[in-house]
Amino acid sequence: MAKSSTPVVAGSFISESDSMGTQGLMKVIMASSVGTLIEWYDFYIYGAMATTIARQFFPQDNPTAAFLAALATFAAGFVVRPFGALVFGRIGDLIGRKYTFLLTLLLMGGSTFAIGLIPGYAKIGIWAPILILMLRFVQGLALGGEYGGAATYVAEHAPANRRGYFTSYIQTTATLGFFLSLGVILTTRQTLGVEAFNDWGWRIPFIVSIFLIAISVYIRLRMAESPLFAKIKKEGKTSSNPLKESFAQKSNLRMVLLALFAAVMGQGVVWYTGQFYAQTFIERTLSVEFEQVRYLLCIAILLGTPFFLVFGAWSDKIGRKTIMLGGMLLAILTYRPIYKAMYSLGDPKTKVEIAERASTSAAVAVNAAGDSTRTTTTVKAFTDGSSMKTVKKETVLADKSKPAPKAETTKTFWLSSNGFWMMVFFVFIQIIYVTMVYGPIAAFLVELFPTRIRYTSMSLPYHIGNGIFGGLTPFIATRLFDASKTTENPAGDPYVGLWYPILIAGVCFIIGLLYLPSKKQEAVVE
Amino acid sequence: MNALKRLSGFLWIALGAIAIYLMAKQAGIEIANAIKNNKAVLDTKMFWYIIIPIFTPIMLGLCLFGWYAWKGEYDRVEG
Repeated sequence: MAKSSTPVVAGSFISESDSMGTQGLMKVIMASSVGTLIEWYDFYIYGAMATTIARQFFPQDNPTAAFLAALATFAAGFVVRPFGALVFGRIGDLIGRKYTFLLTLLLMGGSTFAIGLIPGYAKIGIWAPILILMLRFVQGLALGGEYGGAATYVAEHAPANRRGYFTSYIQTTATLGFFLSLGVILTTRQTLGVEAFNDWGWRIPFIVSIFLIAISVYIRLRMAESPLFAKIKKEGKTSSNPLKESFAQKSNLRMVLLALFAAVMGQGVVWYTGQFYAQTFIERTLSVEFEQVRYLLCIAILLGTPFFLVFGAWSDKIGRKTIMLGGMLLAILTYRPIYKAMYSLGDPKTKVEIAERASTSAAVAVNAAGDSTRTTTTVKAFTDGSSMKTVKKETVLADKSKPAPKAETTKTFWLSSNGFWMMVFFVFIQIIYVTMVYGPIAAFLVELFPTRIRYTSMSLPYHIGNGIFGGLTPFIATRLFDASKTTENPAGDPYVGLWYPILIAGVCFIIGLLYLPSKKQEAVVE
Repeated sequence: MNALKRLSGFLWIALGAIAIYLMAKQAGIEIANAIKNNKAVLDTKMFWYIIIPIFTPIMLGLCLFGWYAWKGEYDRVEG
C-alpha cells in the first residue's frame, strides 16, 4: 500500500484485510448491518408512533407530562446521541469495536422492549412519562454508540480501493430501518384495526424488537474483532485516553471540526429533509391521509435505497467530495421548486371540484354535563381524482359563564392516483440526494482518523451533524412555518421551513469546497 | 487557494459569533412575546432552552474552525 502524500490523512488499513475475500467481507457487512438496521428500527418506531404514545403516556391536560412528551421526542432522541458517541466511542477505542456495538445493541433492544411493556398514564400516573423519557434517553445513547462502531468495523475489514462501496451497505441501514418500522406499523395497524392498534396493538412493534435483537446478538457474538484494532491492541498501540487524544490535541480536533462543518452538517440536513421533513410536510402541511403518506414514503425509499451502493462505489472512483458536495448543491438549488410542486399536488385551491359529489353531514352529541358537540363533516371530490374530508367540531358548554372552546377543524386529503405517483417521484428525488450525501460519508469519516481513536473521533461529528443539525430539521422547519403565520397571512409560508436546510447545506457546501481534499484518499500504514 | 482558506477563516469566526447573538436575541423576543400574549409559553421556552445550550457550543466550534483556518492549519489539506 502506498503512503499518502497528504499529511492529514490518518486512515490505517492493513493488507490482510484485502485478502479477506468478497465473500468473507459480505458476511462481516451483513452481520454488522443487521444489528445497525435493527437499532434504527427501534429508534424510528418511537417517532412513527409519537402521537399514539402521547395519548397513552403524556396527557395534554397535565403540563408536566406534556413537557416530558416534547422532551422525549425532541431532545432525548436526537440531542443525547452525541453523548452516546462520546461514551461508546471511548469504550470502542479502549476495549474494541465488537463488544462495544454488542453493548449498544443490547441497550437499544432492551429499552425498546421495555417501552412496549410500560403501563399507561391512566395506571401509574406520572411514572409512565418519566419511565418513557428515561428509556428514550437510553435509546439515544445507544444509537450514538452504534453507528460509529458498525462503520468503523466494516471499514477496517474493507480493501482501501472499495471502502466506499462496502461501507455504503451500513449506510443503507438507516433508511431500511425506517422502511422496516413503517412496514411493521402498517401491517400491525391493518391486521388489528385502528381502534385496537391505538388501544394496545401499538405495543407489538416494540415487543417484536426483542426477537430481532436476539437474532442480531447471536450473529454479532460469532464475529471476530476488527483486524486493525486487534493488531494495534496486540502491539499495545491503543489509546489510553481516546477522548483527550481526539478532542484535546489540535491535530485531531481540527479534523473533527473539518468533518463536522465541511461534510456532516450538510449531509445531516439533506438526509433529514428528504426522509423526514418531506413526511412532515406532506402529512401536516398538506394533510395527506396517514396510510397514503406511509405507502408513498415506503415506495420512494425502496426505489432509492440501491443508490447508496451506487454512490458509495462511485466515490471509490472519483472521490467522496465530488459526490457529497454534488448532492448538497442539488438539494440547495432544487428544494424550493420540488416543495412547490409537492404543495400543488395537495392544494385543493388548484383543483376543480365536482359539485354533484360534494356532501355534508352533521351530528350532535351531548355529554353528561350537558355540553353539546356539533360535528360537521364535509366531503369534496375533485376532477383529478383527489378528494378531501373536513371535520369541524364545535362545542357549546352548558355553563354559559365559561368561555366557549375554539372550534376544531381537521382536514384529510387523498391524493389522486396520478398525484400519488408524482409525490412518490418528488420524494424519490430527495432520497437520491440523501444517497449522494450519505452513501460515501462512512468511508469519508473513517479515512480522516487513525485507528487508535477512530471510533471516538468519527462518532461525535457524525452525531452532531445528524442528531442535532439533521434531527432537529423537522422541528425547526415546522417552527419557522408556524412563525410565518400572521394576521395578514394566517396560512403562513409553507416553504419558509426550507431555509434552514438550504442555509446549513449552503454553508457546509462552501466550507467543503474550500477545505476538503478533492482527490481520492489513499490508505496509509501507521 | 491557501490565502482564500485563511481569509475565509474570519468569515467562519464571524458567522459563529453572529449566529450565537441572533439565537439569543430571537429567544428573548419570542419568550417575551409568548409571556406577554400568554400563548404557548411552555413550548416556546422549551424550544429555546434546548436550542441555545446545544447550538452555542457548536457555533463556538465554528469559531474555532475559523481560527484554525486563519492560522493555516488546513493549508496542507488539498482543496
